Amino acid sequence: MGYLIEAVYFLTAVLFVMGLKRMSHPTTARSGIVWAGYGMLLATVVSFMHPQVQANAGNYFLMIVAITIGGTISWYGAKKVAMTAMPQMIAIYNGMGGGAAAAIAAVELLKNYSDKTLEPGSQILLMAVTGALIGAISFSGSVVAFGKLQELKFFKDDAKFRFKGQQRINAAIFFGAVLLGSSIAISHSSNGMLVTLFYLLALGFGAMMALPIGGADMPVVISMFNAFTGLAVALEGYVLGNSAMIIAGIIVGSSGTLLTLMMAKAMNRSVSNVLFSNWATLGSGTVQVVTGSLKPMESQDAAIQMAYATKIIVIPGYGMAVAQAQHKIWEMSKLLIERGTEVKFAIHPVAGRMPGHMNVLLAEAGVPYDLIFDMDEINEEFRTADVALVIGANDVVNPAARNDKSSPIYGMPILNVDHAKNVQVIKRGKGVGFAGIENSLFFAENTRMVYGDAQKVATSLIQGIKDLS
Amino acid sequence: MEIMKYVVEFFSPIYILMLAGFLGYEIISKVPVILHTPLMSGTNFVHGIVLVGAMVALGQAETFLEQAIGFLGVLLGAGNAVGGYFVTERMLEMFKSSKGKEK
Repeated sequence: MGYLIEAVYFLTAVLFVMGLKRMSHPTTARSGIVWAGYGMLLATVVSFMHPQVQANAGNYFLMIVAITIGGTISWYGAKKVAMTAMPQMIAIYNGMGGGAAAAIAAVELLKNYSDKTLEPGSQILLMAVTGALIGAISFSGSVVAFGKLQELKFFKDDAKFRFKGQQRINAAIFFGAVLLGSSIAISHSSNGMLVTLFYLLALGFGAMMALPIGGADMPVVISMFNAFTGLAVALEGYVLGNSAMIIAGIIVGSSGTLLTLMMAKAMNRSVSNVLFSNWATLGSGTVQVVTGSLKPMESQDAAIQMAYATKIIVIPGYGMAVAQAQHKIWEMSKLLIERGTEVKFAIHPVAGRMPGHMNVLLAEAGVPYDLIFDMDEINEEFRTADVALVIGANDVVNPAARNDKSSPIYGMPILNVDHAKNVQVIKRGKGVGFAGIENSLFFAENTRMVYGDAQKVATSLIQGIKDLS
Repeated sequence: MEIMKYVVEFFSPIYILMLAGFLGYEIISKVPVILHTPLMSGTNFVHGIVLVGAMVALGQAETFLEQAIGFLGVLLGAGNAVGGYFVTERMLEMFKSSKGKEK
């Protein structure tokens, strides 16, 4: 039986790797997750026959009940959630994984071996404790991340969670958890009080770490917790001698780390900057005074300008997604394409709430992925565009990032929208963006502001283009 | 020979660790930005394998406390695996090319 199980775990690991490989290309991505899914299914089924799983009818029953409850809740949540809310769903599922890893370690630590020869050695227990620490941090941190992105009231005000000496208190909690954890492992103590205290410290640290971080930085944090969970799973896999867990966990750990670094780089911030600092304290000195005026434009005129353009680049931002305007925008683009206009979509790495999130939202509306371009691919093309249409994007098109050293976003790579012949900005009102700064693009000579709800404006743009033909 | 056995037992997981680490790095380093979110969600699903470990932990549980923690572990692990799968699938379902449907 043992060999069969090992063989299936091996097959699972292969399916995971192949699945992830397929997921890294848009044409095969869909099949990739299915492959990985089969791997998971196989591993789960075969684990019911695991020799370490006693033929204890009560535990089997509990196992099936737990899988049914956990699976149903998650299935329901995953099916119901709106695409805009995807990042927080990923956060919460990730937290569950971290929690599960921490639970495995807890069972391992609390176990009293009557037969002392079966008792795991100190180095195994150290692994278990490390996995528990990382898993618990990932769990509580992910829950906080979920709360922030879901905009729950309690988590809303980041400043409320910042206080003097926070860094030092966090460090103290962390070292407390490390000390307590390693002494539990070394002394083979299965004292319930100490183990509970250890978990409380670890959970507390995770929450304390995530609480002061603002919503805009959350994607980086979620990605980091994702890598953490992978690592915790690998460590518990080592403890249980389960190779599928080790391989899958480490792959997630390393790919998650790389993804975290790429995300942070796209936002022009270092990971430590995200964790230990915040936007508000970054902007020092006086911000350059923006000159010029905001020039409004009626949507009919905007439609005419677009209808007679030969090349249009659309720059969608999170504001478009919130207004659920992506379907209307695609409908409008199709009309323009029928008229012979070249339409392209330009995506900033942090458009939406995560790298690639905007692509998902556009894909949901039916925009083919070969019309969607990354910042590096399209930035030179703005010079040849007749119209750049900015919908609900703000900071990612602010030229201040290029030329205003005092601006808090100075140095962040931006889309060169200001190089287009004409710029149209669809915007709800005159407010500032996420970073809380004025955008000089809106005041530029060639920029016109089309005020209104993105969905309503898009509808009247469609009407305007239709009226022309 | 005893020492060799120990060395093999100790090092083989470390080899797995190292190779899997490189593999994860390789897989993601060539990914276009448009797939970052789905892929992050995909890796999130992959660490749902923790369910298997939680099942083993619950299977070994003897006392009520161990059973309760094991139960929680399996519940959370199943949540991770199932939720991760369906969220990823929903996202990837939408990727289409303008040149017609591709498999």
